[in-house]
Order: sequence, then C-alpha cells, then structure tokens
Amino acid sequence: MDTTLSQTVGTTDHGHGPAKGLGRWFFTTNHKDIGTLYLWFSLLMFLTGGCMALMIRAELFQPGLQLVRPEFFNQMTTMHGLIMVFGAVMPAFVGLANWMVPMMVGAPDMALPRMNNWSFWILPFAFSLMLSTLFMEGGGPNFGWTFYAPLSTTYAPPSVTFFIFAVHMMGVSSIMGAINIIATILNLRAPGMTMMKLPLFVWTWLITAFLLIAVMPVLAGVVTMMLMDIHFGTSFFNAAGGGDPVLFQHVFWFFGHPEVYIMILPAFGIVSEIIPTFARKRLFGYASMVYATSSIALLSFLVWAHHMFAVGMPLAGELFFMFATMLIAVPTGVKVFNWVATMYHGSMTFETPMLFALSFVVLFTIGGFSGLMLAIAPADFQYHDTYFVVAHFHYVLVPGAIFSIMAGAYYWLPKWTGHMYNESLGKAHFWLSFVGVNITFFPMHFLGLAGMPRRIPDYALQFADFNAVASTGAFIFGLSQLLFVYNIISCIRGGERATDQVWEGSHGLEWTLPSPVPYHTFSQPPVIK
Amino acid sequence: MIKRVWLLPWIGSLVSLPAAAAWDVNITPGATAISREVYDLHMTIFWICVAIGVVVFGVMFWSIIHHRKSRGAEARNFHENTAVEILWTLIPFVILIAMAIPATATLIKMYDNTDADIDIQVTGYQWKWRYQYLGQDIDFFSSLTTPNEQIDNEAPKGENYLLEVDHPLVLPVGKKIRFLFTANDVIHSWWVPDLAVKKDAIPGFINESWAIPEESGIYRGQCTELCGRGHGFMPIVVEVKPQAEFEQWLADTREATVAQAASATEEWSLEQLIEHGEQVYNTTCAACHQATGQGIPGAFPALAGSPVALGDIDAHINIVLHGKAGTAMQAFGAQLNAVDLAAVITYERNAWGNDTGDSVSPQRITELQQ
Amino acid sequence: MDALQRKNRRLILQLVLGGLLMFGFGFALVPLYDVFCRITGLNGKITNTGPVAVEEADSSRDIRVQFIGVNNEAMPWEFRPLLNTVSVNPGEMRQMAFFARNPTARRMVAQAIPSVTPSEAAQYLHKVSCFCFDQQALEADERMEMPLLFVIDKKLPPDIHTITLSYTLFDITPVLPVAQIKTADIQRSPL
Repeated sequence: MDTTLSQTVGTTDHGHGPAKGLGRWFFTTNHKDIGTLYLWFSLLMFLTGGCMALMIRAELFQPGLQLVRPEFFNQMTTMHGLIMVFGAVMPAFVGLANWMVPMMVGAPDMALPRMNNWSFWILPFAFSLMLSTLFMEGGGPNFGWTFYAPLSTTYAPPSVTFFIFAVHMMGVSSIMGAINIIATILNLRAPGMTMMKLPLFVWTWLITAFLLIAVMPVLAGVVTMMLMDIHFGTSFFNAAGGGDPVLFQHVFWFFGHPEVYIMILPAFGIVSEIIPTFARKRLFGYASMVYATSSIALLSFLVWAHHMFAVGMPLAGELFFMFATMLIAVPTGVKVFNWVATMYHGSMTFETPMLFALSFVVLFTIGGFSGLMLAIAPADFQYHDTYFVVAHFHYVLVPGAIFSIMAGAYYWLPKWTGHMYNESLGKAHFWLSFVGVNITFFPMHFLGLAGMPRRIPDYALQFADFNAVASTGAFIFGLSQLLFVYNIISCIRGGERATDQVWEGSHGLEWTLPSPVPYHTFSQPPVIK
Repeated sequence: MIKRVWLLPWIGSLVSLPAAAAWDVNITPGATAISREVYDLHMTIFWICVAIGVVVFGVMFWSIIHHRKSRGAEARNFHENTAVEILWTLIPFVILIAMAIPATATLIKMYDNTDADIDIQVTGYQWKWRYQYLGQDIDFFSSLTTPNEQIDNEAPKGENYLLEVDHPLVLPVGKKIRFLFTANDVIHSWWVPDLAVKKDAIPGFINESWAIPEESGIYRGQCTELCGRGHGFMPIVVEVKPQAEFEQWLADTREATVAQAASATEEWSLEQLIEHGEQVYNTTCAACHQATGQGIPGAFPALAGSPVALGDIDAHINIVLHGKAGTAMQAFGAQLNAVDLAAVITYERNAWGNDTGDSVSPQRITELQQ
Repeated sequence: MDALQRKNRRLILQLVLGGLLMFGFGFALVPLYDVFCRITGLNGKITNTGPVAVEEADSSRDIRVQFIGVNNEAMPWEFRPLLNTVSVNPGEMRQMAFFARNPTARRMVAQAIPSVTPSEAAQYLHKVSCFCFDQQALEADERMEMPLLFVIDKKLPPDIHTITLSYTLFDITPVLPVAQIKTADIQRSPL
C-alpha cells in the first residue's frame, strides 16, 4: 500500500509561497495557514468565553444580585459553556492537528485542502450567529449548554432557532474537519510510517476524529428534533403529544459523553509528545497508550446515562451505567501510570511546555478522582448538579484540555515561528495560571459538597467565602492569559532563533524540518527508518 | 455577619473537620440512615482516591526531584514492560470492584419498595414547590420569602437568606415518607441533602423516592435543575417534628384552610386588600412581573399601565384565575385562595400608578369560581 | 484520477455515509428508546393496553393503587381522581374514574398523559381502556367523569405493594378555530 503512495505524493509542484494580502487567509488551502486561522479563532473565542466566565464570577463574588439580572446570568452560563466547548477547545485541537498531523506523518498537506478551508470558514459565521442572539429580543440561549427540553423548546426565547442553526454549522465544520484528518492519517502517511509508528498525538486525533463522525451527527439530529418541535408541531420531547423530555437527555448525552472525550483525547496525545521530550526518554508503553485511548473511546458510548442518575432510572439501569463508568478509570489509569513511568529515571528539565504538561497530569488526575466519585450512583445523588460537578469538569477541561493546548502552543511555537518564546514570561504565565486555576476551581469542590447547586445567580450566605475565593482565582487566571497573548505575539515578531530540533530531547519528523517551517513541506516524502 | 478571612489556608481544610459554618467543606451526614450510609460511602471513596493519589503523585514527584537533568540524572532506556503494564491494569480493576460492592448495596437499599406511612406529592412550578399530602386534604405551595430588598442588596441579608419559605414541608420523625415527584412546566429537581434525596421532577412523568427522617429539625435544600430565571430562588425547607407535634400541625393546617375559606365571606376594605395583595404579589407574581410591575421586556409583560390591569375587571380576574394559554402565565385559581386572589388583583389595579380605585371582593372571586 | 485521489474519494464516501448513518441513528434512538422503555419500564410508560383475557384474581395479595391528577402549565380544569387509592388483587379487573370540569367560558380540549411509579411496575399494569387513549373535550363549565379500566398482572414482583398512577392533563386546545384536532397540532408560542 505504501509503495504506491510514495509515487503519488511527491509529484505535485509546490514551489510557490503564500499569496499576498488578506486573500491569503480567505482562500488558503495550506494546512499551516488554516491551522493558524483555527488557533487564532480559538484564542479569540477563549478570551470571549473567558470574559463571560469573569462576568459570572464577578456576579458570584458576593451573595445578592449586584451586576447582572438572573435572566442574563443564565445566558452567560449557557454561552460560556457553548463557546468554550465548541469555539475554544475543539477548534484549538483542530488547529494543532492541521499544523502538526501532516508534518508528523510526512505528508505535504492535508488530504482535502479545499474542504479544509471551508470547514474553518464556517466557524466565524456560526459563532457570529450564535453571539448575535444575545442582542435579540428575549435574549440569547438561557437554558444551559446542555439545553434540556422543555426549557429549550416550549419555554425557550425566540432566538433558539438561530442557536440551532449555529449548532448545525459547527457540526458540519467539525465533521468535515474530522473526515480530513482521517483521510490524511490513513492515506497520506510517508512510506514506512506504519500505524504503530505514528506519534501519539496523531493516534489520539485519529480516534477523536472517528468519535466526531460518530456523535456530531447525533447532536445535529437532536437539535433538528428541537427545531421540528418548535416550528413544525412534532412532539419528540413534548409530553402532551406523546413525546418525552427524558428522551432528549438520552439522545443529548449519547452525543455528550463521547464529546467529553473528544475534548480530552487530543490532550492526552499532546502530553504524550511533550513528556518524553523533556524527560529525554521514550514514552513508556506506547502500545498500551494506543489501546487505552481506543478503549476509552469505545467505553464512552456506553456510559451516557451517568449524567442522568437523578432522572429516575430503574435499579438495573443505574447499576449498569455506574459499573460501565467506573470501568473507564482503568484505561485512564493506565495512561497516567505510563506518563509517570516515562518520567521515572528520565533526565528531566522544566521548560514551560513541560510545566503545563506536568500540571496536566496532576490536575487532570484530580479531575479523574472526582469523576470516579461522581460515578458512584448513590453518592451522585448528593453531588449531581452541584458545584462539585462544576469543579470536576473544570478540572478536566481547564487544567486538562486548556493546559494541554497551552503546552502544545509553547512546545511548537518555535517550530512555527522560528523564534523561541520568552521563557521567563512563559513560566510566569504558567505559575499564575496554575495558581489561578486551583484557587478558582478547588473551592468549588467544597461548595458543591456543602450543598450549592450549579447555575444559580445568587446563593445562601454559607457559600459566600469560598465563592469570593473562587472569584478571586478566576480573575488571576483570566488576567494572566494576557501574558500568553503577549508572549505569542512577541514570539511571532522576533526573538532568539530556534534550532531545527528546538528541544534537546525532541524526536519525530516535524523536528527534522527547518525552523520556521517552510510554507510547503514534505513535497518529497521523507524516508522513515 | 460573614467574616471574610482571605488568607485562610483552604487546601488544609480538605479533610472533613467541623469547620465554621461559612467554610463547610463536606457533605452532611444527614438525618436518615440512608444519608449516613451515603456519607460513609463518599468518605470511603474519597480516602481510596487520596491513597491512590499519594502513591501516583509520590512516584511522580520523587522522579521530578531525583531524575532531573540539573542533578545529573541520565535517562535510562526502558520503555515497556508487559508484566508491569498488566499489573497496573489489574490493580485498579480490583480497587474498583471493592468500591462497587458497597455502592451497589446502598443503591439497592435506596430502591426499597416497602409501603410508606405518608405519601406526599411534590410538584415543581416555575419557581416554587407544591406539596400535597395524599389522602390527607393538605395541599399548599411553598415559595421563597426572602424579600427583594435583600436580594438587591438594599437591606442586610437574613440568616437563612434564599433558604426560607412561607410554608415549609412538615414531616413526622421516624415515619417512612414516600415522595412522588412531578412538575407543572419544565424539569425541576428536588434536593434535600440531609435526606439524601435528589430526584428530577419532570412534566408529564412521575418519579418517586423516600426517606425516614430520624431527628427533628429544619433541613434546607434547593432546586438542582436549571428551570429558568428563578432557578436559584425556589428553596426547599423541611421541618421534621415529633409525631404529636406533626399531628397538631395537620389539625392546625386543616383548620387554617377552613378559616381562610370563611374569611372569604367577610368584608374587606380597599386598604386591607391592597396591603394583603402586596404580600401575595411579592411571593407569587414578582418573580416574573417584578416588584416594580415593569415585567421583563421580551419575556414577561409589564402590569404597570397594562391594558389588562386598567381594563375590564372580569377579564383581569379571568386571566389570573385561568392563566393565559401559550404563555408562562399560570392558572392561579387552583394555587391561591379567594382572599389572596381578590387582594392581589386589587393590588395590581392600584399599584405603580395604576389608579383605577377598583376593589375586587373575595365573594366576587368565589362567585366566578363556582 | 490517480490512485491517491481514488483512495481519498472512497474514504470520504465511507466517512460521509457513516456520518449520515449516525444522523439517522440519532432519530432511530426515538423508537429504540420506546422499545428500551417497554423492556425496562423506564419512565413508567404503560404500553400494555387493550382487551385482556379474564382470569381468576389472586386474593392473597392486596396491591394499593394510588391515583394522582396533575394539571400542566396554565391548564385551568378541575381534575382529580374520584378516589385517591384503591386496593386491588392482582388479576382483578377494576374500574376507576377521574373527575374533570372546564371552569372557563370556552370549549377546551385536553390530553391526559399517564405515568407509573415504581417504574418496575409499569409493565404489569394493564389498561383495558382509559380516557387517556383519546383527547377529551369539554364545553364551557361542562363536567365529566372519565373512566379507566385496568388489571394488575399476577406476575407483579412480590416486593411491590404500592403502585402510583399519575395523569398529567395538558391543554391542547387549538389556538385557532377548532377544525381538525390532531395531537400534533399543539401550538405554543415561546413565553
């Protein structure tokens, strides 16, 4: 199979550089340009969603309503969730995949470059549409990012239709992106790059892409059903017409749980690239990492109802979903053990990417522990829909997914720009973020256990102190991201020259290319040992 | 009243020590056998996680300290070991089974179907709860009583800020109470941590759960499913009383219902109606139409200057009694008694610059309800 | 078209097909869910309806059947069971009725949605006939007793002693002049 490939890949002529002017960005089919677009877009959305988070935390700084009214507060929590999930985390991973996957597998570009352009350029329109709902009569979506019916159908503001279209557009973009990544990985690998030689980032993305194709259509399906209920008189979720609001939750979480893994598997990949580099030691248990990732992906289809323990399932259902959920701890544990074993007897240094990766391992594992506690159905009756859940998923998403993206950005920035970023600024950014994240989210465990429900704009007095602490942390974390933005921009504009290998312990095809990487790479497939 | 102690070492307070009320860090052991069992289960699993964390992070930090390049550590060359990898797949598996056994046992106890002494239907409304003691002729709504001035920071906040209601759910000690949950509009969720009961209340469907409260006391909880703008403002207060006091409460409550029906035949002056109506309005109507009568543009219409409140009295009464189909306006005819209804309609016609001078008598309401 | 393009095209086709299949699967979850509910009794949906063979009642067991009437949303009807509880032997056919009154000045149409708890009991509750099978219309100020005929299966698990049957009454009066009333015609403007 690979021999036929080597003849076809090398034949295209890629002598020219990027086009001039703005047109370069609108019409580009270059994977590096599109990767850059995705990453900038995701950064913009991260800051937007972050401002909403700060608005939420500012309101919750003290009991009482100070800054916003409850209806606007609900729009903020909803939008914050949607923007962070679909606008910040997912596009950032797609951006990293666009940049790195072709370089890692020795391909000249993505397999479907024109579709690549399209799948990016849908996003700005989707999110403009979604953000514009905030200015419509009745306000934007206010039913939480999980948009449970009937709050999101019969009782929704009129703008819900635009929200549905925006979700459709994001879904199309994600599916096209996933198809492109699968095609690149399966069809464009350089000769000799066998599946079990693929870097782990590529492997995790391959599995993520399959998850995307499996569940984004289900999300599209569920919003389509909502659309039909709202405008065409069907009764999928309307009890009066023989529908069932609980059905919504089943379909939503059938999408929603794999979606959670879509946001964490590529993070596993990034961390599995970074830790070996800075431990100067090969990744421990490569094969078991691949198997663990695959089994997490498969299990993710069998655990959705653990989000619905309080909905009133029969005993057998509760038990099945409890056991299946607990089982996920096994492959996840394997991954953590492998990372630790990689560090064990390595020769470690602690540059910014490594700091982010190490804190990923620790804080993600803490999120995993609270996840295990949440899996215990009888105890979940006390945790469900409280701040304990908020603490849990922020621990896996912020110091999990987001930290891994930042680690990846610092790790590959020298390769992309040809300049080293400012290391002390990077470390300052790390430590401020690390401290900020923990001050923000650790007290939320206590708040939840003490009885504070999530998604409330005002709370009883016994929750006041931890809320004030959490809000303080949120502002530390939020403001320290300005350092990140500054560091990226100054790294693009100049700085110490980066070598081709960049890091002393780096291995892999992408590090054999010059820094900064030329506009076209691997026009001739590389030779894999 | 709340001390803001900024620099308290919050990491150290992870362990469940009886801390100051404002620094509660753990779930309550609660007031039922099940809630104590859940608490023990929670602590067991918490300590197992801590133990695993100590081992894993211990090895990790030991490596970080000892195997760093600056200390001259040379990287070794191992990168797989099937025996170790199988071992650390199996060990977590065994730990999980050890966790699953007590969890399953507790869950099975929660699904116990033996007959209850009292059945209470709990219905979630936007944004209040309704409690119906089945077969006991007791049926009442329970709404937040925290005044708007406290929420808007115009008055100092009371001790039970946002956790106080006009009519708490009253239960006897030591009896099995079966709760039947449903909802009137959107999905709500009824949670009282001390009873370890959290169940979704879903429109059109019925769910059940039960509790045997073992100690007298007042237990507070909240709605835990996002149900719209008032989600944070529909608390649950449960008062557990000894059997004798509970029976007294039952008798008193039935008597009060009769007395209220009687007061509907009395004569009420305009001032009395307005005064009483303001109270009713603030607990029942202000969540949507706002205390100022201005409503929320795009969502809830204003009453100040509205054609309904200034127009035909019977049309106004009709909307309040029967609701308005296709909107969030509920049918209050079944929720409030004749006096409350008369008072609140009178108030709406005479407040915020609505100067109709109209007064609606409870008798008129009773007449229209026949 | 070279070999790579062909390969890409085949792969895209397969993946797009997979995506479409999953889109279809999302909708297929609706009937699948009903089947799932029937098997597990999830959500207390009652699926056993229609005539039943008369058999001898099991007089050794008394099952307490509880009835609840709930009004959804702005439904202004008076709606309640004639009896709160009845005691029934498994296998015995029993008649019950709910009282309804339309207190408004206009004709209204309602649909009652049943639900059973504990959900394990749902599959053993057999409804021979029920007012919830049809829509109910009441003229202004009209009253009606709405009948229900049911049997509890003798195979009801021994640990179940109480079954609660609730009906939620939904207002499905068409907003426009009454023409043909179908369940699907519910019109509700958001807030």
